[in-house]
Amino acid sequence: MTYQQILENGLWKNNQALVALLGLCPLLAVSNTVINSLALGIATTLTLILSNGCISLARKTILPEIRLPLFVLIIAGTVTMIELLMHAYFYQLYKTLGIFIPLIVTNCAIIGRAEVFASKNKFIPSLLDGLAMGLGFSFVLVILGGVREILSSGRLFSQAELLFGNYAKNWQTIIVDDYSGLLLAALPAGSFIALGLLIALKNSLSNA
Amino acid sequence: MPTSTPLSAAVRLACFSFIIIGLVSFVFHQTKNKIIDNEREALLQSLQSVLPKTLYDNIPSEDLITLKNHTIYRAYQKDTPVAAIIKSTTTQGYSGNIQLLTALDITGTILDVRILDHKETPGLGDKIELKKSNWILGFQHKTLAEMQQAQWAVKRDQGSFDQFTGATITPRAVVNEVKKIGLFFQQYKLQIFPQLK
Repeated sequence: MTYQQILENGLWKNNQALVALLGLCPLLAVSNTVINSLALGIATTLTLILSNGCISLARKTILPEIRLPLFVLIIAGTVTMIELLMHAYFYQLYKTLGIFIPLIVTNCAIIGRAEVFASKNKFIPSLLDGLAMGLGFSFVLVILGGVREILSSGRLFSQAELLFGNYAKNWQTIIVDDYSGLLLAALPAGSFIALGLLIALKNSLSNA
Repeated sequence: MPTSTPLSAAVRLACFSFIIIGLVSFVFHQTKNKIIDNEREALLQSLQSVLPKTLYDNIPSEDLITLKNHTIYRAYQKDTPVAAIIKSTTTQGYSGNIQLLTALDITGTILDVRILDHKETPGLGDKIELKKSNWILGFQHKTLAEMQQAQWAVKRDQGSFDQFTGATITPRAVVNEVKKIGLFFQQYKLQIFPQLK
């Protein structure tokens, strides 16, 4: 596979959220604001890059019989390290995302890429695959977060300071003034509906 | 992939475990102090949200006792007790636990109340957060005598506290919990501040 194909696959053709439909639990639960989405997207992308990289480097020593426990071990280790780093350096964000950071472990997209790609390919392509898959997942998360945030509160980029520090405090934009809010969009059911519409949009664009 | 024997599989598994454990513990030790600092800073900020810094001169986050499952932080000014901040949890909310922080002065009058954590419905029950509405400030300066009256309830229960449109259970839970804490403080005041005897 060429680098361009890897990127295309991750971002569009085999997008983990829109095509493979993997990792929906964090996708649906955390996408209530753009900033939450972006944070989880970054953490997931980082996990994918690191776990893909480690597994690709170790692929020649990983025996087929023990590959699954090893994948789980490597992924769990990676996620724990990311969780510790976020706890130390992005404390507020860590509090907001809560249980969903450790739950990145259960995102099937990660073990899926380990099995399908990283255990069979060289180091650099595996890193790129992790990056592409992560970015593809993140962009769906962020779009979903944006749509839900606007519909539920009439704002965008609220609490940007959690991710970008204090100078981002006034990034919040009010899209609709004095908006009473659509409760459905804030609830998990709303994210199901929004994701369904996004998948439909993706399919109609791909088939066109 | 190489050929395998059970022994080589086990050895490999062990090696990988050691490497990963090593990496994780390295990161753990690097971040440990920073995480403790963060937790302390966050606790201090939440305590200061219910009790202004000017009222005391000790470090309440380090002067805490546990009594009947409540964590109590004590504030002093020149060694005279000023106020207690009580952390409590109610299970009477609409979904999950509501964790709150109540500051009371030594007469049992409420100084302020804040919600630390909850999972109430966004847009309805979450108006108990100061970020969403000023409702929680309604507890300021309420006295012990007021807590013992029948009006200490939400309007739906013939009380004086507003409920939210579409959400009665959440404010009811908070109102009842604050009263419980007020009475609890009255009952155990001398155990919390033995100096008052």
